Amino acid sequence: MSEALITALLVGAIAAAVPLMLAGLGELISERAGVLNVGLEGMMLMGAYGGFVVALATGSTWMGFIGGAVAGGLVSLVMVVLCVRWGLDQIVVGIGILLGVEGLTSLLHAAQFANTYPRLGKAAAPSIPWLSDIPVVGRVVFGEPYMVYVTLIAVFVAGWVLRKTPWGLAIRATGESPEAVDAAGVNVVLVRSLATLSAGVLAGLGGAYLSLVSSGNFIPLMTGGRGFMALVLAMLARGRPIWLALGALLFGFATALTTALQIFGIDIRPEIVNSLPFVVVLVVLTLFGRDDYLPSSLALPYVRGER
Amino acid sequence: MDAEAIRSERDSGTPLIELIGITKRFPGVLANDDITLTVERGEVHCLLGENGAGKSTLISILSGMTVPDAGIIRIGGTETSMNSPRHALDLGIGTVYQHATLVPTLTVLENLILGNTTGVRLNEAEGLRRLDELASILGADVDPHAVAGNLALDEQQVIEIIKALWKGKAALILDEPTSMLTPAGVGELASMLQRLKGTGLGIVFITHMLHEAIEMGDRVTVLRQGRVVGTIAPAELRSTDSERLRDRIVEIMFGEEANELSDVAELHVEAFESISQDEPDSGGGPGGQVQSVGEPILKLERVSLEPSQSSHGLHEVDLTIAEGEILGVAGVGGNGQKELAEVLAGQRPIDSGSISLRYNGAFIQIGRLGVHSRHEMGLRYLSDDRRGEAVVGTMSVAINLVLKRIGKPPFWKRQIIQHAEVWQHAEATIKEFDIRTPGPDTNIGKLSGGNIQKAILARETASDPRIVVYNKPTHGLDIRTSLAVRERIRQMAADGVSAVVISNHLEELLDLCGRIAVVSKGRIVGIVENGPNAERRIGDLMVGAFAL
Repeated sequence: MSEALITALLVGAIAAAVPLMLAGLGELISERAGVLNVGLEGMMLMGAYGGFVVALATGSTWMGFIGGAVAGGLVSLVMVVLCVRWGLDQIVVGIGILLGVEGLTSLLHAAQFANTYPRLGKAAAPSIPWLSDIPVVGRVVFGEPYMVYVTLIAVFVAGWVLRKTPWGLAIRATGESPEAVDAAGVNVVLVRSLATLSAGVLAGLGGAYLSLVSSGNFIPLMTGGRGFMALVLAMLARGRPIWLALGALLFGFATALTTALQIFGIDIRPEIVNSLPFVVVLVVLTLFGRDDYLPSSLALPYVRGER
Repeated sequence: MDAEAIRSERDSGTPLIELIGITKRFPGVLANDDITLTVERGEVHCLLGENGAGKSTLISILSGMTVPDAGIIRIGGTETSMNSPRHALDLGIGTVYQHATLVPTLTVLENLILGNTTGVRLNEAEGLRRLDELASILGADVDPHAVAGNLALDEQQVIEIIKALWKGKAALILDEPTSMLTPAGVGELASMLQRLKGTGLGIVFITHMLHEAIEMGDRVTVLRQGRVVGTIAPAELRSTDSERLRDRIVEIMFGEEANELSDVAELHVEAFESISQDEPDSGGGPGGQVQSVGEPILKLERVSLEPSQSSHGLHEVDLTIAEGEILGVAGVGGNGQKELAEVLAGQRPIDSGSISLRYNGAFIQIGRLGVHSRHEMGLRYLSDDRRGEAVVGTMSVAINLVLKRIGKPPFWKRQIIQHAEVWQHAEATIKEFDIRTPGPDTNIGKLSGGNIQKAILARETASDPRIVVYNKPTHGLDIRTSLAVRERIRQMAADGVSAVVISNHLEELLDLCGRIAVVSKGRIVGIVENGPNAERRIGDLMVGAFAL
């Protein structure tokens, strides 16, 4: 294999993995607190749109990411109010959020950009003397867009927070047994609200990565099921951010491989090639998903004193 | 005022906790009606009462889970609103709830510091120090890094108490803490409470067991239908012998019905009084159960279940149960009782061996049959997980009563439910079994444990039962309901219906059973004929098995 192919594969894998990692991390945190966030895809899509609009207006990628985070966070507030505060069904509300955001962003896009199709510039990446010149590694490890490094740091920070801090402990306990958490004097509603909000913010960042870095523009329905993929990855990771990151990279690699196969003109029908990432996930699910572990109180609303 | 100050203000003469005129109404029920009581420092205050007397509501008010509709709560002389568990904890009131509040997947230490640490990082060192301090006050040995879900119930209870004491520096509230404990665990709890009392803590202790109240309490308050119907002051508790106290409490609890129930109360006292006096008498009491036993009806031969991480499994269990026999199964909880029950009921497939049931005159292998077929053949099962697997909590009492006959006439005709039939059946059953429910259409999950058990009993013993497996049939039930359940088991045996009774209460098995099998680590280590010294021999088998 040529150096160019290897570099393309790895860069492609990381590019495909980062949005999944961000959204999946958010889902993982909210699942550990007992909130199943089916609306993740919608939060990503809103993040993609919000990020694009802000970046276009300000001309700054970083401002775009902040815009994406805020947009995703705002959508998750719907979930906070309806599911965490009022105890409505998380799956129904999640699906509602997804459909609502799909319609809203498509409508806004049609109204604003239907005729202009604006594009953003290329996202900045570091250029480090010497290091960036190393073959393959220079591009793959030291030449990624800045957000890639932020994402990896976020994975480790989330792991540390969950394991080592009082907040992490409260989140883990809330997903298992909210009654116990309430009896221990911790505010269950607050813990779940913040966990849900962080899922929205992280999914928003993941969506913004798609519009700001991957494609440079916003296209209706551009998330294309990545939110659901992130949801599956979060479940497979059994609450461990590091497994989530590895899962996202595996999926990203499968995606990059299909692209590479197509580019190099290997003669397989494109439908088959395009389904490869999903086959990989199915295989992983059957191999490791059998004894997956989900929090006992996942998707169950908590109301004090109710039996 | 902080918790430490509330506790130390001993000389001021103000009681630790004062409840004045507490009233709480739930839809259709007046749970607490103008309740006034005080808890003093260094005193164990026992609350007694039947299921539904309002004890649990009072506890959830004291722990901040429920806010009363009317009334005043004073802690250390200061009036307070007490509107959240956090608030109660901050005032120094710690609660051990009836249901487990440990998070099973977390370690002991994590469970304890949950909600109790500040700062960015978990302060494990501080947690360990406090754990050591509390464990030494209690005289308990605790592994801080054990996963809570892997501990035995006795051990979990100790952790629950430590958790309540963590913040509960002024008062400790225990809601039926003994219901899941082994006799040894109860003894240990009593000595822990003695030590805690010595540190000036006020303790509120809720129980069904009269002897526990008499033995452990300094002051006893009896609730009935949401009201305080009597109090026994410390002076009287100390100066009166337990026999007379028991009569007095039974009288307060049941009023004019006391006479007919005094035998029952005796059952509960007997267990803690001297073991040696169980001479055979004419029927009724321990050791005197005479059963006319017929032909064998159920045979287990070398029945085995592979052990797993959370279970000892079953190891070559041989058992034969005869028609009309009540066979007891004794043992420390978690030694294969649940597995045995589920294997009998058909909820769990066996790995080897055979189970055969006499049906139409011949023994039929039922090892591979499911729950439904066994139910049809007259093999019934009352699970100990009443709310979880025995009923569908969000469905009506009426539907739950026919849950195992879905699709069968007369309740279903041509696959269509016959509401009138179901309703009539429910009304008749509710009356016959004295199920206290607002109506047949009430969701069964809203009923108390005792009434749910009555409904399950009604369902499982309907339409030609031949052998019934009871797992902890009277666990958590009040005296009156326990009596009704035992009476039903006995009556059915007299009519030729066999029973397998699995129970943690030896006294119950001695009262009901002709033979008692002792299980340990998934094996039957002995079968004891009920009679003189049966209790001691069963105890020996349980202890002997421990030594292995």
